[in-house]
Amino acid sequence: MSVKRDSFSLSFAVGAYGTAFGAASATAHFSILQTCLLSLLTFSGASQFAVIGVVGAGGSALSAIATASLLGTRNALYGIRMAPILKVKGFKRIVAAQLTIDESTAIATAQDNEKDQITGFWHTGFGVFIFWNIFTLLGALGAQAIGNPSAWGLDAAVPAAFIALVWPRLVDKKTRLIAVGAIALSLVLVPFTPAGLPIITTSLLAIVVGWRA
Amino acid sequence: MSTQWIAVIGTCAFAFILKFVGHSLPEKWLAHPRIGRINALIPIVLLTALVTINSVTVKTKIVIDHRMAGLGVAIIALYFKLPFPVIVLGAAVGSAIAYHFSH
Repeated sequence: MSVKRDSFSLSFAVGAYGTAFGAASATAHFSILQTCLLSLLTFSGASQFAVIGVVGAGGSALSAIATASLLGTRNALYGIRMAPILKVKGFKRIVAAQLTIDESTAIATAQDNEKDQITGFWHTGFGVFIFWNIFTLLGALGAQAIGNPSAWGLDAAVPAAFIALVWPRLVDKKTRLIAVGAIALSLVLVPFTPAGLPIITTSLLAIVVGWRA
Repeated sequence: MSTQWIAVIGTCAFAFILKFVGHSLPEKWLAHPRIGRINALIPIVLLTALVTINSVTVKTKIVIDHRMAGLGVAIIALYFKLPFPVIVLGAAVGSAIAYHFSH
């Protein structure tokens, strides 16, 4: 029973962040429909914030898609881990793939037997999906109802969401150094490259450092 | 078609393709340590760059403004391990106050 309770509490807590996404997306001039489609079909928080972050900063659609997709590659690795546990085919596999995100994989892999792993995955996956989409809509409607987003501090909500997502990953000297490198590289590129490009270019840092060390 | 629509459709398509490909690949692909290392570093550099670009730039110029106050509040909230909604709301309030003082 406890795996279902854990799944529900995590789903509600994470789903509520959808409010921040909905509001930030509306502020970056995405319509309510576009905002809701991102939550329904992309359904991966970091990638969704990346799209609106790049386009909101004046970047091209291609930069936005590339940045969001690179952030989505970890979902592919989660899928490789989850597929042998879930053992589903056909339509069920399509649904399982869509629900494969940080939270559903985390809850599943934290269980010590296969039955709880499967229960944890489906309950968390569907739970986050439902709450994330409801709160996205509420956030977008709320942001549209207010006037100038800067006056309400919404333009700082996007970098705040990103820093909250990256902060727990900065666990040692190496990760902090590479973060400083990403700040420096992106700032140096700002005056010389089209908006959006400085962000995606920092992925080269990850590839170079990860390849060697 | 607007930048927003192309970005939305492209992102949705690739997000699902990546997820589905994962469910269709053999498990041994995970084993390569190089893939694991790069995969762990990619979110760090991209998210850090997204923080930077969204807090100190406007288009292709570096602009320091009210958003820095919001970012400062977010960092303080993170230091005290406060939950995500508090971080985002705190940043918005900090930035809004700075905006009203500077306009």
